[in-house]
Amino acid sequence: MTIAYSGDFEKEILTKEKVMSLVTADHLEKTYQIGEISVNAIRGVNFTIEPASFVSFVGPSGSGKSTLLNMIGCLDPPTAGSLKVVGQDIARMDRKQAAHFRGEHIGFVFQDFNLIPVLTVFENVEYPLLMVQNWPAKERKKRVNNLLDAVGMGDQGDKYPSQISGGQKQRVAVARALVTNAKMVLADEPTANLDGETANRIINLMKKMRDEFDTTFIFSTHDPKVMQSAEIIFTLEDGKLLQRQNDNGGTNA
Amino acid sequence: MLNVIKIAARNLRRYLRRTILTSSLITLGVVAVLLFISVTGSFKSMMVGQITDSMIGHLQIHRKGYMASIDNLPLNRNLNQQQVAKVKEVLSGVDAVESFSMRIKLGAMFSNFTETTNIRLNTVIPEQEVKTVPLLSERIVEGQKKDVLLQKGEILIPELIAKGMKVKVGDSVVLVANNKDGSVNGKTFLVSGVLEGISGPGGRDGVIHLDDAKELLRIDGVEISEIAVRLKNMGDLPRVFSSLKGEFASFTNKEGNPVFEVHTWKDLSPFYNIAQMIDLMTFFIKIMLVAIVLVSIMNVMIMAVYERINEIGTIAAIGTLPGKIMALFVTEGFLLGVLGTAVGTVISLISIAVINAAGLTFNFGRQSNLVLAPTIGAGDVITIVLIVIGIAVAASLQPAYKAARMDPITALRHV
Ligand SMILES: Nc1ncnc2c1ncn2[C@@H]1O[C@H](COP(=O)(O)OP(=O)(O)OP(=O)(O)O)[C@@H](O)[C@H]1O
Ligand SMILES: [Mg+2]
Repeated sequence: MTIAYSGDFEKEILTKEKVMSLVTADHLEKTYQIGEISVNAIRGVNFTIEPASFVSFVGPSGSGKSTLLNMIGCLDPPTAGSLKVVGQDIARMDRKQAAHFRGEHIGFVFQDFNLIPVLTVFENVEYPLLMVQNWPAKERKKRVNNLLDAVGMGDQGDKYPSQISGGQKQRVAVARALVTNAKMVLADEPTANLDGETANRIINLMKKMRDEFDTTFIFSTHDPKVMQSAEIIFTLEDGKLLQRQNDNGGTNA
Repeated sequence: MLNVIKIAARNLRRYLRRTILTSSLITLGVVAVLLFISVTGSFKSMMVGQITDSMIGHLQIHRKGYMASIDNLPLNRNLNQQQVAKVKEVLSGVDAVESFSMRIKLGAMFSNFTETTNIRLNTVIPEQEVKTVPLLSERIVEGQKKDVLLQKGEILIPELIAKGMKVKVGDSVVLVANNKDGSVNGKTFLVSGVLEGISGPGGRDGVIHLDDAKELLRIDGVEISEIAVRLKNMGDLPRVFSSLKGEFASFTNKEGNPVFEVHTWKDLSPFYNIAQMIDLMTFFIKIMLVAIVLVSIMNVMIMAVYERINEIGTIAAIGTLPGKIMALFVTEGFLLGVLGTAVGTVISLISIAVINAAGLTFNFGRQSNLVLAPTIGAGDVITIVLIVIGIAVAASLQPAYKAARMDPITALRHV
């Protein structure tokens, strides 16, 4: 499958999204069944996320942050309620459709960086254009170099992941998440394996990328310093949405 | 596709030691099979050539029932003049026939004037015999090899009798034989050569001229026990055999029973069974190769998938379709198979060339210093290569499928 990496199709979608939310959750629920026991990880949450926002989900361990992010990322289907991502009801997708949808619309940044060890920095960023989408060689090279420059890794393209630091790996991961022009980037605890200073730099990089590409960033974190960088903070507790906090100080229950 | 190959190849390089071990195992198997096929193949074709070209011919025609009692060399089951004429007529009409040789087989007493023993004799028309079994004269180990195998009044005696009776080339001997009606006749012969024995029927027979045999047996007209046939091309044997068999089956006697019987060298020489055993062994060695490839590749690929669960989760999460994940792993198994096979084929071909250059010899039965000249057909090489690579791919399918089916979240959580 090829996605148009520029052109009318893209504009059309973007203009549509001005009208509607990027993510809409309505009485969303997720229950895990482990034998006899069922765990209600998410218990009926409602929220919307607008395009180009910088969102953080926070809350204590086990509150359901990962579960929610996995659902938004089309990695895990909801048990009940509805979840619309980029205008699509993700509950109705099968495995293959979901994979395709992720490849087209969603970028991922992982806690453990998860670069492919046998590929160079350049090749890691190139991977989604080559193996997920199907970009022609020339555009691919241009795009990858653009992104590497944007995350400050332009001169490290030939190195392998084992040859760079954790912070650098996460920069590369951010570039990989953005390279396909994804509508949003999901990052579950992207700074958990980084020291405070580096964590801040990564969050600032993500914000800068949001400014540059209008990509929505949704991340989860434990770290109070990191969560302060978010413009919208959703607080989860025990599978329920406790509050929505805007960086202008506004709070919605 | 190129990217899939690139990633698969890099992953093989990443676990270099394992890759080398596994592909060497495949290499070893391929070398074993190719060398076995080429060496036994050359042995087989050489032995078959020896047997057909120095004794049996490609086909033989007898009077019906002759073969069943060949141990007694019966004279009352010879073909008569009319029957011989028919065989000649049929054979002359077949293009694929190079030549044929008429023989009378008989048993006689052999005397060197002090001792007497039994001898089996093949009596021939030398001009026909040398055309039909051209290697026969190669078997003359003492005495000169003449273009005309032997003259009337001469005898080629088998090695065993020459040794046992202490007879040399140039000696005179007496043959005494019973003819059909039971009376006895004797005749003096000059030993003109000693024949090396070979395995199989007739391999230890003496040879005299057909005219001498008729005199010894007091046969007036035409009587023939055996007609050996040589084809221009041995590859035609199955086709010619079935057509001749059909044709000769149509000749029946008054009672409606067939008059003739036709056999190929395969029915006549016990070596055919050895050749079949060799083929069977080749088959089992191929099965072993398949098992080696299957088990080693599957083992490696299962490990590869297990070690890379996290990576699989990553690429699945970012949208790599299951088919592509599967292709990544199948390609890895495929490349492993190709690597092992390529190296194995090269080593095999070099080894075959070396064996040929070294001129290794071996002994078989009473034959010594047979030169081992292994060859291998492109067809055999291609078959083995395709089998091995095919099995390598097949062995990767299950692990690859498992990788493709993995749930990204579970895979990402795996440590
Ligand atoms: N695959 C699963 N099977 C069963 N229960 C699960 C599964 N995944 C999560 N849970 C449960 O769902 C609840 C929410 O888990 P989740 O991982 O979403 O929390 P979290 O907020 O991300 O926690 P943390 O901060 O520790 O990462 C927990 O009680 C957890 O035990
Ligand atoms: Mg979590």
